[in-house]
Amino acid sequence: MSPRIDDWTTGAEAIVYQSCAPCGRLQYFRRSFCAACGAPDPVEKRASGQGTVYATSLVCRAATPETRAHVPYNIVLVDTSEDFRMMAHGDHELAIGDRVTARFVPFAGRMVPYFEKVK
Amino acid sequence: MSFITGVGLTAYGRHEGSSSLDLMSKAAELSVADAGLKRADIDGILCGYSTVAPHIMFAAVFAEHFGIRPAYAHAVQVGGATGLAMTMLAHHLVEAGVAKHVLVVGGENRLTGQSRDASILALAQVGHPDYEVPLGPTIPAYYGLVASRYMHDYGVTQEDLAEFAVLMRAHALTHPGAQFHEAITVADVMASKPVAMPLKLLDCCPVSDGGAAFVVSRERTGETGVRVLGCAQAHTHQHVTAAPGLSELGAEIAIARAKESAGVAISDVRYAAVYDSFTITLAMLLEDLGLAGRGEAAARVRSGHFSRDGAMPLNTHGGLLSYGHCGVGGAMAHLVETHLQMTGRADSRQVKDASIALLHGDGGVLSSHVSMFLERTR
Repeated sequence: MSPRIDDWTTGAEAIVYQSCAPCGRLQYFRRSFCAACGAPDPVEKRASGQGTVYATSLVCRAATPETRAHVPYNIVLVDTSEDFRMMAHGDHELAIGDRVTARFVPFAGRMVPYFEKVK
Repeated sequence: MSFITGVGLTAYGRHEGSSSLDLMSKAAELSVADAGLKRADIDGILCGYSTVAPHIMFAAVFAEHFGIRPAYAHAVQVGGATGLAMTMLAHHLVEAGVAKHVLVVGGENRLTGQSRDASILALAQVGHPDYEVPLGPTIPAYYGLVASRYMHDYGVTQEDLAEFAVLMRAHALTHPGAQFHEAITVADVMASKPVAMPLKLLDCCPVSDGGAAFVVSRERTGETGVRVLGCAQAHTHQHVTAAPGLSELGAEIAIARAKESAGVAISDVRYAAVYDSFTITLAMLLEDLGLAGRGEAAARVRSGHFSRDGAMPLNTHGGLLSYGHCGVGGAMAHLVETHLQMTGRADSRQVKDASIALLHGDGGVLSSHVSMFLERTR
């Protein structure tokens, strides 16, 4: 097994993805194998936090007290410069195609990735 | 060969004091009677799930409650596509001789059995537990994301999407069992409260109580037969983060397989029953299925193409958007309405010719798809 790197899902301020040495495919959701070819032990890598906005949705109606405190918040899908897609939060003004960079903000009791436009 | 021999549907909306099993039983009773059968004739049961009353053996629970001892029974879970997935399985079960009469049933007291927050929260769990759910998305947000991209790529506007809500409401006005009975306009949809932009309240289906059921049989039991001509599925992903591009979604794959299995073309279709959890869902699916060109579905709504008297009547009961959405039963109402149309029993909603129908269901976030063609035989 390659060493596991902590990311925002495990309490660190980082975005991590996996890369398969045999087939070269990337995956964002952590697994002990490559979902494309089945090879074990994909290598964990830290992402740069750079990307392009693929889709956005401004959430105005949330379902829990913790998330309601943040309404409205913008959910975004970002295609990272490494070439995997991830969900995160982002500036309300973001438009599809915007070049963005990530920082981390508190949301409902944890730090989550938040994208803003590259100036 | 298999036939839909009977259908049953409750009104959707509030059924104060009714449990999921009550609503399922009511619809099941209606469908068995509609097929001209007795309970003892039912030898197979397929049921969905209830978010209000989850159980690891829901079909056995229902069979005991309803009072039958089937030779074959289990639950099926494919989200919004569950109803059509069960119908597809029932079709194969009776064709294979496993059962003679399979009762397909879904129902839930989703509106009065739990708070709206609980319902929204339960459904949001279709998101990835580590990489999506902690970000606080809701089902409307998952579809809002898809909507934003679809609108961007194909020049669809919020006013275009609103047309689908208006059409479904217009249809619901003619069905006494629908949850909503007040006409709405595009301006009403545009002015409704933002939920997950670009989707507003009237772009979203409601939460409802209700039940739906049908019987799938090896032989027809009535004069007019409604035959399963062919069906197919496609499953490309579960989570929206892992969804393929808009041009590679499962609806196009499922419909291509179903057309091949049924030996028909879209030009043969006379009635359409298409999943409509949100206005964007309906717009995208109509275009994916080939019932409208890319970005052109809204124009077809405006021209009356999908109205009761139009060339391709669509969800004449009002769909999930306005008849209501009680979970598994939600999209089963589409099949019940299709059956009524095909057998000439749709009262004031009756269309001219529902000889061949196309049904399509979607589960998750355009994740799981079932396409099905039905044919009327005399």
